[in-house]
Amino acid sequence: MCGIVGLLVKKPSLRHQLGALMVPMLTGMTERGPDSAGLAVYTTPVPPGRRKLSLYSGEHPVDWSELLGRVRHAIAETHEIAAHGNQAVLTTAAEADQVVSWLKRHAPGVAVLSVGQSIDLYKDVGAPADIARRYRFSELHGTHLVGHTRMATESAVTPAHAHPFTAGRDFCLVHNGSLSNPHLVRKHLEPLGIEFETDNDTEAACRFFEWRLREGDDLEQAVERGFSQLDGFFTFLMGTDQELLIVRDAFACKPAVVAETDDYVAIASEFRSLAHLPDIGQASLFEPKPEEIYSWRI
Amino acid sequence: MANLKPVPSAREFDLSRDSLRQLNLYLHKHAVGEGISQIRVQHPDGAHSIACGLDADLDVQIHGHVGYYVAGMNQLATVTIHGNAGPGAAENMMSGRVHVKGFASTSAGASAHGGLLVIDGDASLRCGISLKGADIVVGGSVGSFSAFMAQAGRMVICGDAEDALGDSLYEAVIYVRGRVRSLGADARFEPMTDTDRAAVKGLLSLAGRSEDPGTFKRVASAKSLYHWHADANQEY
Repeated sequence: MCGIVGLLVKKPSLRHQLGALMVPMLTGMTERGPDSAGLAVYTTPVPPGRRKLSLYSGEHPVDWSELLGRVRHAIAETHEIAAHGNQAVLTTAAEADQVVSWLKRHAPGVAVLSVGQSIDLYKDVGAPADIARRYRFSELHGTHLVGHTRMATESAVTPAHAHPFTAGRDFCLVHNGSLSNPHLVRKHLEPLGIEFETDNDTEAACRFFEWRLREGDDLEQAVERGFSQLDGFFTFLMGTDQELLIVRDAFACKPAVVAETDDYVAIASEFRSLAHLPDIGQASLFEPKPEEIYSWRI
Repeated sequence: MANLKPVPSAREFDLSRDSLRQLNLYLHKHAVGEGISQIRVQHPDGAHSIACGLDADLDVQIHGHVGYYVAGMNQLATVTIHGNAGPGAAENMMSGRVHVKGFASTSAGASAHGGLLVIDGDASLRCGISLKGADIVVGGSVGSFSAFMAQAGRMVICGDAEDALGDSLYEAVIYVRGRVRSLGADARFEPMTDTDRAAVKGLLSLAGRSEDPGTFKRVASAKSLYHWHADANQEY
């Protein structure tokens, strides 16, 4: 079991409330996912020519300003870092791949959680309320977000196994369910040069969709293709810098409820995570139908 | 004779203030002894297992949306949800009446043995799965695999049905008014008889509905899978 939450605000004036509206949604899913939680938030994009990396240092404290100094020394471009404890966002004018491979070699204790122009990513083990406090989720601003509370069934409880999973640029995915053929998907993708970081089934789905996006599919086409390639139970919630998308498998074993008003689209595994939202009494409420793709653009 | 104070017959719980445990304990242990027959529940806010396991003739009115297993295992009570219901509404109901005024999520009325489940809106997948004798009336449409392996009871669907309606049916009978995307294995359309039309009329009337019973089709078991024939190379 796991919990998923998604929120997209339609009015620019609500962007500064994105985190505050979401925290009760995430903590409302604690019973469905008490062991880990995570969140991808899409913020105002960095200027063209820049990209940002969400970094995570786990239990081992990192001197982020010292790391920034080393990055600046190694790669002659503009770099900035904004740190919150063991999470930091590195904004850089260098090529993202160059920074990622430098970090892999020279800062092996630092995990790169996401790369893009809009996405910031947080994930950790522990109770969702603790994680929300740890990373000040209630203060987050942005256009939309994708969140998850995890009850591990397929693989270990570690920050790396927590959701959201990311691949490529500004793409993330969370999953309630379990896939039965992740190893087959992986066997298909690895010869194409696609590298995996964990043995988690959701990572296979995430990398499959991102591969299809790079091959020219739009997200809806990628998901359509996924119906024949990904076997198992799923409610997938995905984000790109422009879009929030939800889809459930043909058996719709894993729940989801959508509430839509003129101001927002809110998605959760269960209504109890939506009950606190403003004007929820006037919201249009529905459950996504099996194998139907629902998406909203910012 | 001294004026008697009116004895209250109703009680209200507000789940934004009262705990779910307080409510269910009251319904199970105290309502009947206190002479309370009507219970109103405010702010259910998607909580699970509201009014589960009731076994007395109580009238429970829930104002808002509920989560999993509302009125599960119900006996005798009337439970009305003025909102939507999560998965497993009225699952394993034995008797009484459960009425969902909005839509119901998956597995509504699963394994219900008796009583009446009314859903004014749509029901999701697996509505009435393994039905064992209850009646279900759905005002809207039902999702795939509804009435899967239903053994006894009746199901009236005023809207459409998705795939595999009535797969592996036993003695339960389905009446459907709209389009059926596909029937499940061993389910078949059968002619409506006067008895069927009377049954549909009675169920619609109990559900407060007015569709014309003549517009429904009957789906029942072809009974080719009813018994397993080991030597018939039987396929599902």
